[in-house]
Order: sequence, then structure tokens, then C-alpha cells
Amino acid sequence: AAPLAASPSSFKVNEPLTPKEAVTTYNNFYEFGVNKEDPSQNAGAFKPTPWSVKIDGMVGKPKVFGLEELMKIKQEERTYRMRCVEGWSMVIPWIGFPLAALLDQVEPLGSAKYVSFETVVRPEEMPGQGGFFQPLPWPYIEGLRLDEARHPLTILATGLYGETLPNQNGAPIRLVVPWKYGFKSIKSIVRISLVEKQPETTWKNSNAREYGFYSNVNPAVDHPRWSQATEQRIGEGGFFGAKRRATLPFNGYADQVASLYQGLDLKANY
Amino acid sequence: MMALPALPRRYHAASIWSLYLLGLCPAAWYFYQAATGGLGFNPVKEFEHVIGIWALRLIIATLAVTPLRDLAGINWMRYRRALGLLAFYYVLIHFTVYLLLDLQLNFAAVGGDIIRRPYITIGFACLLLLIPLALTSNNWSIRRLSSGWSKLHKLIYLIAAGGALHYVLAVKSVTFVPFIHVALICLLLAYRPLRKPLMKWKRGSKPTGRQASSNA
Repeated sequence: AAPLAASPSSFKVNEPLTPKEAVTTYNNFYEFGVNKEDPSQNAGAFKPTPWSVKIDGMVGKPKVFGLEELMKIKQEERTYRMRCVEGWSMVIPWIGFPLAALLDQVEPLGSAKYVSFETVVRPEEMPGQGGFFQPLPWPYIEGLRLDEARHPLTILATGLYGETLPNQNGAPIRLVVPWKYGFKSIKSIVRISLVEKQPETTWKNSNAREYGFYSNVNPAVDHPRWSQATEQRIGEGGFFGAKRRATLPFNGYADQVASLYQGLDLKANY
Repeated sequence: MMALPALPRRYHAASIWSLYLLGLCPAAWYFYQAATGGLGFNPVKEFEHVIGIWALRLIIATLAVTPLRDLAGINWMRYRRALGLLAFYYVLIHFTVYLLLDLQLNFAAVGGDIIRRPYITIGFACLLLLIPLALTSNNWSIRRLSSGWSKLHKLIYLIAAGGALHYVLAVKSVTFVPFIHVALICLLLAYRPLRKPLMKWKRGSKPTGRQASSNA
């Protein structure tokens, strides 16, 4: 990871940051293995440069963006909460830019209703994508409603803690949607498509009863197998003093995003 | 079949006590790791999980004693009680960590989990079922219960199946490590109904062979 300059922003959670070492060694990135330490241990061979992101589908100006071009968009530092569907959370100082800024450049058509995202497939660099026992089908795919994608909180992150993204955190560019469970924030993106119908998503395909398209953080809607009412903040409390804290609706971003879901039954649309 | 060189009888007791000590080593090691920051940034969960996996491994070892004797001629029957009791201790540690360090004695949450979350319901039931087995894992109980003892201890099959299910239901996706543990348990359970015909066939083809005990 190289130093990465960014301008300060007002998007800043007023809570202690999760230590950088925790942010970069406690990861879910199944392309590098299913254990928390696997991504940091197995991502050494991954080459995040050169890189390009193809934007296609229902847009006026489809285009392949080189990473350098994306880095020219104004980079901001934003400190967000991150809540994993497994019941743990972090506070991370990301660097990135609003996804909307990129979408504006390709001019989505009026018929576009959703945005789908795709992670790179490189079994030779990503050990979790090879071998005979693979937890998920590749590529990893995710999606958002267009209004969610255009929301000012939704960013494409290119760095954290003042540096470019480490491979295990989704280098060189990943999505961050802070009011949704972490798996929505797809990593190492190579393709973004504007589409008309709700796109397929990896975890929903894998187990639709447990992982919905929306996957908004919601303490009132439990995962079928575990409660979502509380969370463990990673790096706090150690072994003897770990204290679970209450999970907030929309991960504490309800004021900004609840209006997106007016009239939507959040229990049925989990 | 070739048998391993037999351990002289005078070392039997010492070898069993060594097994208890050895068996508690993973728990001690991981506890030390967790307490000193060696288990990463979510040590409670990590410790809880690793102890649960060791509990399953000890159940697997317990279930493997009989087929090992039947099929490979290795008689480790004298270690079975220690393996079973160690499994019980690990399940107990697993539950204690969940109760004490994970949920911080929030009994309402524990009760809710046990009632509403099938994998916790199953795990808790396995813990309860292990208690009578642990309490009767002594010579006095074997004499006292006579044939009832074998019947009671067949519960281990149900507990092993429950433990495997508990594991599968607790993980986000069944990857290699859970698969191997669950597959071994399935294999060892599937052996049980095959055992009688197999032993009969073995006795039939080798009339001079030693009598297999009916004690599974």
C-alpha cells in the first residue's frame, strides 16, 4: 500500500477507529480463503495494477476506465462504520469518491433501475478461486438499486488509513455501502453494469432465505440462524472484556437513508 | 492382521493419564493465545470456534476406537473413556465461553438463542445429553448399570450427529474444514449398522479368530 492523498470530508463517524492491523488482517474475502486471516496471508501474489473497470449496460457512454483515470476523481477521506452480517463491526477511515460521480460520467439511461457489480476472477492470483472445494461460484457479483448507488454515502473506495487499499481489503477499487451488511460492499471490481431488472447477487444465489438483495443492517430482522440485535466491535475488549453493543437501524445511517425505503416492508425485503 | 506391539500392562494407567494431559493441551494453548492477543482481533469467537472443533475431533476419536479395533486390530479401548470425557470437557468449555465471554451472562439472550436458533438448540441438547454419559464414565457405574450402561452410552451416536449438525448450521458456508469433520462423523456413524454383519462375516471366514466383543 502506497500513501494516498485525500481531502477531508464531513462524512465522519465520531467513534474510535478500529486499529489498522485489525482492518487489514480480519477480513472476509473468500477469493483468498474463508478464514479471517486468509486474505492477508494469501493476497501477496495479487496484482492490483494495471487495472481497469468496464462500465456498460444501459448507459449513454459505456466506457472502460483505467485506474489512473479513476484516481483523478477527487478523493475524500470518509470514516464509516462497517457491520458484517456475521455480527461484528469496525470503524474504518476509507478514501474514495462517490459512485454517483462515476455514474454521471457514463450517463445512465432512464430505463436503468439497478447497478450490478462484478469482482475479478484470477484463480492464479486468488487461491480461494482454485482448488476442488470452493465456497462460492465466481465471479462474486453484487447489486444495488440505482438510487442506492447514487446516494451520497455510497462510495468506491481506493484506500484506507491514508494509503491505497491493501489487496486483502479489495484492491485496487471496491464498493463501500455503509448502511448495508459488509458483503454488499463488493471488492476488486472489474465491471459495473446499469440494468433494468434487479441483478443476481452471490450470497442471495447461495442462500436466498438468509441473504436478501437489500441486506440493510437491521437489528429487528434476525438472520435465520443468529440474532442481528448486537455486534462485537473488532479490536475492543480483548478476550476477557469483549462487550457486544446494540446494532443500529441502517447501521446508524437511518437519518440519511431511511427515506430510500419508504413504503417498503423491510422484513419481507431483508 | 498385524497388531501393534502391545503396551506393557504396567504402563496402561500412566498412558491414560498422559492422554488426559495431552488432550487438554489444545485448550490450554488456545486459552493462552486468546488471553495474550495471539488469536486475532475477535478472540472470543475464535476461541469458542476452535474449542468446538476440538470437541468434535474428540468425539470423532471416541467413535473411531471400535472400528479401529475391528478393522485394523488396534485395541485402544482403554483410551475411549478418556477421549469421551475430554470431548465433554471441551463441549463444557465451548459453552462456558459462549455464556461468559461472548454473551456476558446475559441469560435472556442465552435463553432466546437456545429457544429460537436451531443450531444453538441442538448444541445445547448435545451438552445436556453428554452429562449422563460423563457422570457414568466410571467403573462403578458400568458395574451398577450392567447392560443398561451400553444402552445409555449409545447416546453418543445421537450426540455426534447433533454436533455435526450444530457445526454445519453455525457456519456461513460449508467449506473444507467443516466438510471433513462432518464426513468423518457420518462415516463413523454409518459403520455402526454395518458392524454386526461385518463381524459375523469375519468370524465365519476366520473361525480361529478371537471373538469380537458385542460392546460397540
